[in-house]
Amino acid sequence: MNSPFGNPNRPNSYIGKTVPRPNAKRLVQGRGQYVDDMVLPRMVHVVFVRCPHAHAKITGIDATGALAVKGVLRVFTGADIAAVCTPWVGTLAHLKGLKSPPEHAIATDRACWVGEPVAAVVATSRAAAEDGAALVDVDYETLAEVTDMMTALDQATPVLHPEMGDNLAFQRRHDEGDVDAVFAAAHTVVEAHFQTGRHTGVTLEPRSILVDWNPGEGQMIAWHATQAPHMIQVVLAQHLDLPESRVRVVCGDVGGSYGIKVHIYPDEIATAAIAKIMARPVKFIADRLESFTTDIHARDHEIWGRIAVDKDGKILAFDIDDWTAIGAYSVYPRTSAIEGNQVVNLCGGPYDFKDYRAKTTVVFQNKTPTSQYRAVGHPIAVTVTEGLVDMAAAKLGLDPVEIRRRNLFADDAYPVVSPAKLRFEGLSHHASLDKLIALMDYDALRADQADAKSRGVVRGIGIASFIELTNPSPFMYGIGGARISAQDGCTVRMDPDGSIVAASSVTEQGQGTEAMLSQIVAEGVGVLPSEVRIITGDTQSTPYGGGTWASRGAGIGGEAALQAARALRGAILEVAGAMLQCAPDTLDIRDGAVVDKADGADRMPLGELGRIVYFRGDTLPKGLPRELVQTRHYTPADYPFAFTNGVQASYVEVDTDTGAVKLLNHWCVEDCGRVINPQLVDEQIRGGIVQGLGAALFEELHYDAEGQLLNGSMADYLVPMAGEMPDMIIAHIETPTLESDLGAKGAGEAGTAGAAAAVMNAINDALRPLGGEVTAMPFTPERVLRGLGKLTD
Amino acid sequence: MTATFTDRIDIALTVNGEEVEARVPAGRHLVDFLRLDLGLTGAHASCEHGVCGACTVRVDGQAVRGCLMLAAQADGADVWTIEGLSDNGSVSDLQAAFVARNALQCGFCTPGMLVAAADLLDAGGAPDRATIREHLSGNYCRCTGYEAIVDAIESVARARTDGGAA
Amino acid sequence: MKASVGGYARAVDLRHALDLLAQGDGMARVLAGGQSLVAAMNMRLSSGDLLVDINHIAALKGVTREGDRLRIGALTRHAEVATDTLIAQHAPLLRKATDLIAHAAIRNRGTIGGALAHADPAAEFPACVLALDAMVHVDGPDGARDIPAADFFTGVFETMLREGEILTALSLPVAEEGEGQVIHELARRIGDYALAGLCVVRRKAGHRIVCISVGTHPELATAAMDKLDAGDVAGAVAALRDALDPPSDTQASAAYRRHLAGVLLERAIADLNGESA
Repeated sequence: MNSPFGNPNRPNSYIGKTVPRPNAKRLVQGRGQYVDDMVLPRMVHVVFVRCPHAHAKITGIDATGALAVKGVLRVFTGADIAAVCTPWVGTLAHLKGLKSPPEHAIATDRACWVGEPVAAVVATSRAAAEDGAALVDVDYETLAEVTDMMTALDQATPVLHPEMGDNLAFQRRHDEGDVDAVFAAAHTVVEAHFQTGRHTGVTLEPRSILVDWNPGEGQMIAWHATQAPHMIQVVLAQHLDLPESRVRVVCGDVGGSYGIKVHIYPDEIATAAIAKIMARPVKFIADRLESFTTDIHARDHEIWGRIAVDKDGKILAFDIDDWTAIGAYSVYPRTSAIEGNQVVNLCGGPYDFKDYRAKTTVVFQNKTPTSQYRAVGHPIAVTVTEGLVDMAAAKLGLDPVEIRRRNLFADDAYPVVSPAKLRFEGLSHHASLDKLIALMDYDALRADQADAKSRGVVRGIGIASFIELTNPSPFMYGIGGARISAQDGCTVRMDPDGSIVAASSVTEQGQGTEAMLSQIVAEGVGVLPSEVRIITGDTQSTPYGGGTWASRGAGIGGEAALQAARALRGAILEVAGAMLQCAPDTLDIRDGAVVDKADGADRMPLGELGRIVYFRGDTLPKGLPRELVQTRHYTPADYPFAFTNGVQASYVEVDTDTGAVKLLNHWCVEDCGRVINPQLVDEQIRGGIVQGLGAALFEELHYDAEGQLLNGSMADYLVPMAGEMPDMIIAHIETPTLESDLGAKGAGEAGTAGAAAAVMNAINDALRPLGGEVTAMPFTPERVLRGLGKLTD
Repeated sequence: MTATFTDRIDIALTVNGEEVEARVPAGRHLVDFLRLDLGLTGAHASCEHGVCGACTVRVDGQAVRGCLMLAAQADGADVWTIEGLSDNGSVSDLQAAFVARNALQCGFCTPGMLVAAADLLDAGGAPDRATIREHLSGNYCRCTGYEAIVDAIESVARARTDGGAA
Repeated sequence: MKASVGGYARAVDLRHALDLLAQGDGMARVLAGGQSLVAAMNMRLSSGDLLVDINHIAALKGVTREGDRLRIGALTRHAEVATDTLIAQHAPLLRKATDLIAHAAIRNRGTIGGALAHADPAAEFPACVLALDAMVHVDGPDGARDIPAADFFTGVFETMLREGEILTALSLPVAEEGEGQVIHELARRIGDYALAGLCVVRRKAGHRIVCISVGTHPELATAAMDKLDAGDVAGAVAALRDALDPPSDTQASAAYRRHLAGVLLERAIADLNGESA
């Protein structure tokens, strides 16, 4: 059950207010400390020699030339690393049928994608290591490559991993009701083929790790740009044969993550292995070109979808056939099957209908592995669902808003179970849509669209409703056997001066974790947020927990912080009651002082209480508990996931001569439950939207038939820039989860989930009167022209 | 005798107002020199092919890509990084606006973004949002979606213009 | 991505620079603005280069009017092209082009001479100088020579510059009374290389059209120019598309680029005629 945070005049009312981020001032002064900013005594640099072929047997490695380079110290092959580092397998027990072969940190006998590490060169500088890497002579015998997704399972296609039997990594089906019968009898059926571009995250800070092994202490320390320090701790310990207690992972400032930095990368584990072998600090910073071939990719899907509706536009059924290719290995330890699994779980998500069939087919190929990236699977499912809904509306002559009103789950329908067996605790689709329509002034926008048309200017409006998975319970990974924690913990203590220190297992990737925690702890204890210092990102000094992924930091880590802060408040008041000779429940803590609860009269500053407890404990009653430190952990239990919902709208202008699309405006109303810090939530939504707009207009990794990446540089893989992005209007409905006191759900991925679909629907709204349609992202000028039929050769 | 090719070059320059002398490898770019030789880690190396703008620093009064200029070329130059611009207070209003508007998330692009923004504002006037967006078109931010950055710069431009008029 | 450079030398004057180039034994390269060269070296597309830094050669700088011609020193930075009053008055096409070239920080360093010598088929300045009928001035071991822009560009990143030569300046006729100069292009994002683009110069003697990003190097679109001179816009568009053989890449196909070039020609002409917004 929630606590009441609604009254803005309550004491210590920081939850729900915009509070500045404690770390922002440091970052604007250039005082961030990212991994590459660190220099340690005896530190060396590692550069990886990477396979230039999509599939090749390694028949020999000659490092003579490399070792002759001034500054080069050692060259490691796959076998050298395998001697100290065991291979891993990216499967989870609950993803039934998922298979993937053992993967080594450095390929031992065969490399399976362009960019897979085949050797490592260690030198006293990055430049020397690069010089050396260029001189490592690797003999390859090229093998037949698998690159095309849709023919990967054909008999004629070679099997990438012969021991796996075929190229099928995973398949998952839903089959609810009698879908064939419903489609056969339906008033209207619409079908379409959708494509989403293969993406990568392009974190501005490349993947970075610095590992030191101190044999004297028997301890490994990894300074790592990661989202999940405890997960990394487990993996390093497991595969380098160390006790978990002897691996410390430190995650300081991280320059962008978005899911890219939540995975195990072969080169990063190899760096740790090399540190263990060389017993000195080893730094690996991916350069930009290797980032494109080795950071995980995502979203490479082709989907055939059908929707059946009745004459009134009531949705009867969806039928979805999703295909995705995940590269050569399922990524460890979260796997590469989650994305496809999410697509089939999430299609049709906002709508109240009965009959549902969906299948995802996940195949291997000789390309960079794909895995979880911001809003995993959501943009794909939302694109298919919302695209089909708009197409059905158009066929029936219904307004896109109207068809949604007729089909979205009613706001009083909850709790409810969806056809894909998702359990929704409480969503607000209609309230969100109503708010969106008001915000964008839908009727006026339609009038503007008509006015533009009269001037020969082609504009379109697109709407996309969505659901978003947040606050995952152990049902996401733990149930499958992975040591990936779904719970988070927070330790809150009061120091002698009355200031508060809170250590949390949630990490700061720039989203504002530290601000969020500081205001929760401030409210929970009763101090100013500026009196709360936050510690995150160190497995040795924070409680154990999951970190930052799946929009879980505020909902799970925030609840743990709230409970720990309240427990500390209780402990402080217990001591204060003894000191002031009154019942603790007649006292309160406000603005850093103990006060009378009834009238707010000052009784004692916390600094005075701290002085007594820490320096004159002799004056307190013997036996009085005086631990001014409290720890609480929180795990969601009532629901496997806390779903959120929202709706986005896009207004675009299409140049029908060039195919260029201009984004005019974008709106989003979303419901992440309790909003802890409005500004931070809005900026998460905006940033997320723009990543989704990248999907719509720009982002796509291109490969040739031989598995060579064709546009692996920042000049060629286009992401959104300031000049093309619209201003965005953001608003919220708040339906707190009743599972926690805080009531917060996640907000980090909602923007990305729905943005591309809104743009697609807007473009198609513009093109439809001209007989055009586009369904393959990104919507490049050329694809738009072809969608209009203006370019046929 | 005129100079000929060397693979180590002696340079003397001022960085953040302080005189610096160093011997640099011929291939070392300016941002690596600042980061590795001087410990000025505010500017970042991110793409190293001149696209992302995270390495943007000020050289002889102009914003430049730190990865597309060799340290050897900075002999005699007057170089300012975010550290120096912070110390001398010349971008304090921009920094305050970035913090207030949450115009940064991970902060990795921010030092370069601030130098680029200062370049625009130093040209004077109160640029409109489209001009600000166009000026920032060479600086990647993957976190914010840019709007907060544009807001922050716009607010400072207005404040500076109003202040100048008063 | 650390450049592997063979050596560096700062030239104090043109003679020194030419001497250094002569010493380079084929490995010497001129370092001007460095905005393409340093990126290429960082990516190790080029290694072991002996760099001749010409940035301090005063003789390569400056914009001057010499009779009815404008002379632009090779070291003139894009940002200077954008603000130079002589260029704005006598070669406005170059000023307009700077709005389309990369980003402010790049324009602060990149030089017009470097852009011409680099001869990227997607770059604006090579197309502009051909449209303006410029003369490229070079100096080298065998003395100075002048190369008409029409002859200078020979292929993808290829020019008439010989080993050991330095591009010192370009000169072009000052715009005549009533001359029209426009550049139109479509890039996917501001500052990106264009999917296609073109310059159109309208002089008393006729039109000059040069495309960007649709061929190996800048060439006059003579068939389209003839049609345009005859007042046949549709014919010019058709002739332009007919003559082009653009590349396909991850951004756009040849067919799209061909189509786009025609659209841009229509828009450029409307612009010249004062019809566009």
